[in-house]
Parts: sequence; C-alpha cells; structure tokens
Amino acid sequence: MDFTALGGVSITVKDNEFFTLLGPSGCGKTTLLRVIAGFEYPTSGSVHLDGMDLLSLPPYRRPVNTVFQSYALFPHMTVAENIGFGLEMLNRPKKEVRKTVDEMLDLVRMTEMADRKTSEISGGQQQRVALARALAPRPKVLLLDEPLSALDYKLRKDMQLELKRLQAETGITFIFVTHDQEEALTMSDRIAVMNAGSVRQIGPPREIYDHPAERFVADFIGETNFVGAELLEIEGEGEGFARVRLSSGIEAHVQAPSGPVANGPVTLAIRPEHAWLVEEAQGLLKGKVENVVYFGTDTHFHVIVDGGDLFVLRHQNQPGQMQHLAVGDRVGLQIGRGAGQVLRD
Amino acid sequence: MAKAFDVRHQTGFAGIAMACFVLLYLPIVLLVVYSFNSGMSLAVWEGFSWRWYASAWDNDQVRSATMRSLVLALSATALATACAVPAALAMSRARRFKGQGLIFAMINQPLMVPEIVTAVALLIVFAAVKVATGYTGMGFLILAHAAFCIPFAYMPIKARLEGMDKQLEQAGQDLYGTPWRVFRRITLPQLWPGILAGAMLAFVISLDDVVITEFVKSAGQDTLPTYMLGQLRRVVTPEVNAIATMLLAISVVMVVAFFFLSKTKK
Repeated sequence: MDFTALGGVSITVKDNEFFTLLGPSGCGKTTLLRVIAGFEYPTSGSVHLDGMDLLSLPPYRRPVNTVFQSYALFPHMTVAENIGFGLEMLNRPKKEVRKTVDEMLDLVRMTEMADRKTSEISGGQQQRVALARALAPRPKVLLLDEPLSALDYKLRKDMQLELKRLQAETGITFIFVTHDQEEALTMSDRIAVMNAGSVRQIGPPREIYDHPAERFVADFIGETNFVGAELLEIEGEGEGFARVRLSSGIEAHVQAPSGPVANGPVTLAIRPEHAWLVEEAQGLLKGKVENVVYFGTDTHFHVIVDGGDLFVLRHQNQPGQMQHLAVGDRVGLQIGRGAGQVLRD
Repeated sequence: MAKAFDVRHQTGFAGIAMACFVLLYLPIVLLVVYSFNSGMSLAVWEGFSWRWYASAWDNDQVRSATMRSLVLALSATALATACAVPAALAMSRARRFKGQGLIFAMINQPLMVPEIVTAVALLIVFAAVKVATGYTGMGFLILAHAAFCIPFAYMPIKARLEGMDKQLEQAGQDLYGTPWRVFRRITLPQLWPGILAGAMLAFVISLDDVVITEFVKSAGQDTLPTYMLGQLRRVVTPEVNAIATMLLAISVVMVVAFFFLSKTKK
C-alpha cells in the first residue's frame, strides 16, 4: 500500500525554542516526531541537528529524547531507576547518575516517590516521571508526543505551566505534538499547523491566530467566520492591505493574503470577536438574525449575511443591558479595520 | 423476561457433559485408586497399602529410568527453550519478512507431522549416525526430545512477547540503550514468566513421551514411560499404577504452575 504520511515538510526549529506541531489526528505530526526520534524511516528527505545527519544514526545514538503519549515507563523499575535509565545506558559513573536523578526528582517534585513502582503512582505523577526520564540525559531536543492528553482538565492546565517552566529552566529545545489548539497557543514560541501530511503554516501563535494563511488553519485554530468577497487590489507587498468588495457592495480594507492570489472571488476569514452588531444602514455586511443563543457571559448571534454565509458574533452581556434583537431582524455588521484576512485558497 | 441464549438450557446438555467428564476422569481415578491396592490385581480391591510405591522405589530399573527421564526432560527443555526464545523474538520483534508464515509453520512442525513419522525418520537418521560414529549415548534422545519440545516452549514465549508493550523497547532505545542492552534490561525481565511457562510445558511433554523415545533409544535407555510399556507386556502389577500416579502428580503440578505463570501480569 502506498501512503504518503508526510510529504514536502520543511521545518527549521531554533535553539531553545518551544516548537509545536499542531494538527488533527492522522495529519502526520506524530509520524514526523517518530522520524526525528528514529522509530520511522522516511523514504526520502533529511533531518539535521546541529549539522549532524540524524537519519544516519540509530535511535540510541541520537541526542534526542521522547516523552511518549502513553509515558512508556518501565513497569519493572522504580521511579528513580526509570529516571536514571538513560544515563546508565550512556555509561555515566554511578555517582553522577544518582546526583542527576536526585536533581530531576527535585525538578519535577517527585523526590518522595523515588522508590515507588511506576504502577503505584497517579497519572499526573507518571507524566512527570516520564518528563524527568527524558530530560535526565540532557538531550539537545526533547520530543513530546501529546503528553498531556491523558490528564484531566485541571491537571493539564497545571502541566502546561510546568512544561513551560521546565523548558525555561533547562534551556532544552522542545518539539511538542498536540491536537489541542488552545494548548498550542498558550505554550508555544512557534507553531507549525499540519494537515494531511504537510505543513500548512508556521509562525508564532499570534500570527497564526490573527493571520491564518488558509481556510484549514483559520478553521482549525479558534472560531472563524468565512464570508465570500471580491478581491479588487492588493496594496503594497507582504504584510499589506487588500481592497475587497463585500457582498453588501461596500468596499473594505482587509489583511492581504500571505501568497499570491488573483483578483476576483475570495474567502475572507473574520474572527467573531473582531466584528460587532450595528444598525443595518451602518454595517459593512448586512444580514438577518437566524438564531440568538444565550451563554451567560456571552450571547451568540447567528446572522445569515446577504450572499448566504453564516456569521457568528459573540456579544459580551452587560448588567442591565438587554439585547432587543430577535430572530428575523435585519442587522448590520461592523468589522475592525484590518481585521478580516483574505485566505490563500 | 427472555433470557439470552445459554447452552446450559439445551436439553441433554448436563447429561452429555457429565458423561464426558466421567469418561475422561474415571479411568484416571481408578488408576490412582488401584495404585494403593494391597493385592496383585488391577481389578480386585483388597485393601489399602503403600506396598507398590515401596516396590517401585526399591526397583533399580525404575530408579534408573526415573533418573534418565529427568535428565532427558531437563536437557531437552533447556535446549528447546534456548531455541524457542530467539525464534519467538525473531517472529515478533523483527520487521515483517518474506517467508514468515513458512517459518512459523516450520517451527510448529512437530504439532502437525504425526509423531510416528518423526519417530521413524529419526530412527533411520540416528541409526546411520550410530553406525558411522559408534556413539550410542543419551545425545540422540536429548536431540529428539528437544526437537519436538520446541513448539511447546515457543508458544507461551511468543504469546508473552505479543502481549508486551513494544513502546517500552522503543523508550529503551530512545534512552540510548543499544539493542542488546534493551533486550537484557527491558525485554528479558518482562519475558521471564513466558520463558518459565514454555520450559514447564516442554518438560511435561518430554517427560511422558513414548513413541519417539521407543524408536530412538538404544538398548538399556528406558525412560519411565517406555519402562512401563515394557512392563505391561509382561506382568502387570499395581506398581505400574504407582509410577503412573507419580508422573501424573508431576504433570499436574507443572501444568498448574504453567497456568498461573501465563496469567502473571507484566
């Protein structure tokens, strides 16, 4: 069977960076991680670390350690033995092993658990042992394969901060795999968004969120409204603005696409928090309220924009203030200057 | 309320099941009971006695056959297990290779080829070797037993390997363990129950083999089962029952131990 799990992936990770591979399951992010670790071998391509050709080395010679999704702790060893395993395999002197293990136990706050069997500690503790075990040999790169996915919400939040702290304290480059966009946005220095075996966009969280390059990225990260428009002109190169004609016939300035796009019909991505409701006459977009959903802190308005696209707005509820809009009312939508993004597709 | 299908509610199920168990176990129970008979007969109960156990114990032929059986079973078990471990590793820890199915069939050959065929084949080959070398020792029996014990040692080991988390071995490699050290530190400690279970099964199989032993053994190399067979051709006394009961006891202990070992959690 021929199946391209990964194709045309080109990524450069910087020293001491918290780099995240983000994508839905089956997008190839774990495969990419396994290629770096040495458990999969690509049919073509190359992986370099500090000028070292990783693909020519077996997994046990690569200065790269992995935190496995299932932790893969050795069940027949204690917590301390697990953490010391890598150093022992590197034939470090016993004294040094013991010292580093103690430091690692301290780093992940597991000192009291040192002599427990791995089956006798909780999921969150196993997670921390797996981290300590992978960090103990001081790898050049730490690979983390969805390490937080098995934890409950509260523990996951704690571990996110913990991971950031560990990365800052150790100065090791982290390559983190996740399908959780919120996790990626809060923790990463840079994110590579992947889909169907290829990288769709690489950039810092803010850039990925504010300037999604294409529909997949805009849709996968956060909530987005997609509306049709006509591209008239791109003003200036690169980070410039684009002039578009909206479905209401009004011209507007929005963010230019990241790649060349021909004038004509395009899709605009607009975040819900970048638009607000106004009188129909003042709106850049005009439409009809289809649904009003009350959420306590927010009220969501579902508006069918002229042209047929669905637009969801979030309105933060204020005390004493009533929303007088009802299903079927005509409304206008105002959009912040430069808030819309012309997509590459 | 309608009950889900339950085979126990089928007419006659209990009767057939009982009949099967009686057929299976009654002869064994009788054999054990008559090993304690104080008379000479295998059919007429004359009273309880340890007489035939004492008689077997005092019988030099029984003693030497017992020793031979144990030495043979232990050697064959060691040899078969030593072959089965790498075979199981190759079949479950290597990348899928061409001819894997064929190799699997070949490892399990003794389970498929009728024992008498193997026996005759070995008789012919070993006869030629005996003539050529003049060697007539236990080596032939040990080799023959090891050969048919391999699949019995192999299966529990393979099952254990399949049940183990392969990611642990990857984690070992990821932490700078060379393949050999990962095997010793990660794979082997978890594989032990499988190896022990395989060895016990092989031991039991070797201990009670008659057909191949009968064909391969040289003069004066009786094992317990072939000695009993020889006795049955002449005078039948409850001594045979006593020996059989002891063999049964060993087998039961081994099989029970096997059962618990294969259930051991990783």
